[in-house]
Amino acid sequence: MNDFYIILTASLVASSCALLGCFLILRRMAMVGDAISHAVLPGIVLAFLFSGSRDSVTMLLGAGLIGVFTTFLIEFFHKKAKLQTDAAIGVTFTWLFAVGVVLISIFAGKVDLDQDCVLYGEIAYVPLDLIISPSGTNLGPKAIYVMGIVLVLIIVFIVAGYKELFLTTFDPAYASAIGISTSLWHYLLMSAVSVTTVSSFESVGAILVVALLIAPAATAYLLTDNFKWMLVLACAAGILASLSGYYLAVWLDGSIAGAIAALSGIIFALAMVFSPTHGLFFKKLRQVAH
Amino acid sequence: MAPDTNVPALEVHDLTVAFDRKPVLWNIDLVIPQGKIVGIIGPNGAGKSTLIKAVMGILPLSSGYTKLFDLPLNDVRGRISYVPQRESVDWDFPASVMDVVLMGRYSKLGLFKRPRKADRDAALDCLRKVGMEAFANRQISQLSGGQQQRTFLARALAQQADVYFMDEPFAGVDAATEKTIITLLRTMAQSGKTVIVVHHDLQSVTNYFDWVIMLNTRLIASGPTQETFTQDNLQETYGGKLTLLADVGDLIRRESFPQREKKL
Repeated sequence: MNDFYIILTASLVASSCALLGCFLILRRMAMVGDAISHAVLPGIVLAFLFSGSRDSVTMLLGAGLIGVFTTFLIEFFHKKAKLQTDAAIGVTFTWLFAVGVVLISIFAGKVDLDQDCVLYGEIAYVPLDLIISPSGTNLGPKAIYVMGIVLVLIIVFIVAGYKELFLTTFDPAYASAIGISTSLWHYLLMSAVSVTTVSSFESVGAILVVALLIAPAATAYLLTDNFKWMLVLACAAGILASLSGYYLAVWLDGSIAGAIAALSGIIFALAMVFSPTHGLFFKKLRQVAH
Repeated sequence: MAPDTNVPALEVHDLTVAFDRKPVLWNIDLVIPQGKIVGIIGPNGAGKSTLIKAVMGILPLSSGYTKLFDLPLNDVRGRISYVPQRESVDWDFPASVMDVVLMGRYSKLGLFKRPRKADRDAALDCLRKVGMEAFANRQISQLSGGQQQRTFLARALAQQADVYFMDEPFAGVDAATEKTIITLLRTMAQSGKTVIVVHHDLQSVTNYFDWVIMLNTRLIASGPTQETFTQDNLQETYGGKLTLLADVGDLIRRESFPQREKKL
């Protein structure tokens, strides 16, 4: 049963990340996802200190706010200080991340939070944090409920705002010409990324969540020319990585989150070579055939 | 609202747009009647694209105001359409021609609603008008430059607007596409639509446009092509005035930073 719980949690995390990752890579904002996942660290620590618990709602709020603040800072540096986007991202997230690291080291004794856990996560502990009903029935791990709710919220967000997200991603100038606010949808998407990152960090950590944001979406981009299929395939790639990664980790007796991220990279490499449309293998084959 | 054909399609008053305090457009005043094909011409960096973007509210105005059909922009959003420069989007985006043309229906649909069959039919009809109906399910990455431009045009048509702003629709397209576009623009103008086109090629101006706006940071002239597109105005728009205007810009910038002058 523990195997199932861990794989289910990882799949829920991977699917949430993959869906948002599709929008991030098409907006050329993959590194903004990276930035947010690191910059929410001080938000997590502060929310932790104020609430004194791992109460997920407080954490989500705290980190969600910091995530939106990060995107705001990046745009501010880019537009007002005329800094290149990549430099603006680099300055912002390393700074916020560093503040988070300092905060953790100061309060290390007081809070039940350590750097390893924040950076790499520990998905193997998921089955230990259970929800027990008042009558004593085991309702399953808490992480599954949290990630399940997050995934449902993201699916609702994407289905409801599909037109607007699609249009502001493809052609922001046209979107504003017909009266769709590009910045509103930008910040909504960034809030979704922040919330997902924070809720995922306990299981996969701040660094590996980036792999799940980008790699499955990039894999799907290579496999299809249809955006809706890209969303579906990205989830499939994420789930496949979770499943195979778990068994690889068990076999090697290594880090589960690490193995999942490593396999999402390998799945990307396979797509790169064997994709029917963009793949190197079939391109070579077509060249030889001609 | 029954469109009153006597109301001007576009009025621009005292419009100034500046980036970093450097004016890109300076004190523009003009009125465009309905049902015209209007060409905006001027040298590179004259602010041609900036003018249409400012009118549509994509760029912030430093001063002045614009009105369409004698109403503020936000009351007439639904009657405005836009054809951006072809290079402004990523054509490797995972979308089909149909997906792009359907975007033209989004403003009519409103939030949370999906395109229905009626929208698809309307989109297909617009594709037919630009001669692209056979390409509806084609991947946009597989289109030629001319086909990309026709797709954008079909998207704007699908919006069924009254004013169309087009940013260099003739740039880098094949002769057949150019002909299709100009025929289409004439049909649109005949049915009372106003089409405002940023244009680069001076040779085709008299042939294509009823009305010209000649622009070089400030407005040189705006009026019916026959009276306005003259040697004198051309000289003034493109001639040796570039350096002078740059000097004026410099002076204005210095005046807005008096402290710096004192330090020197």
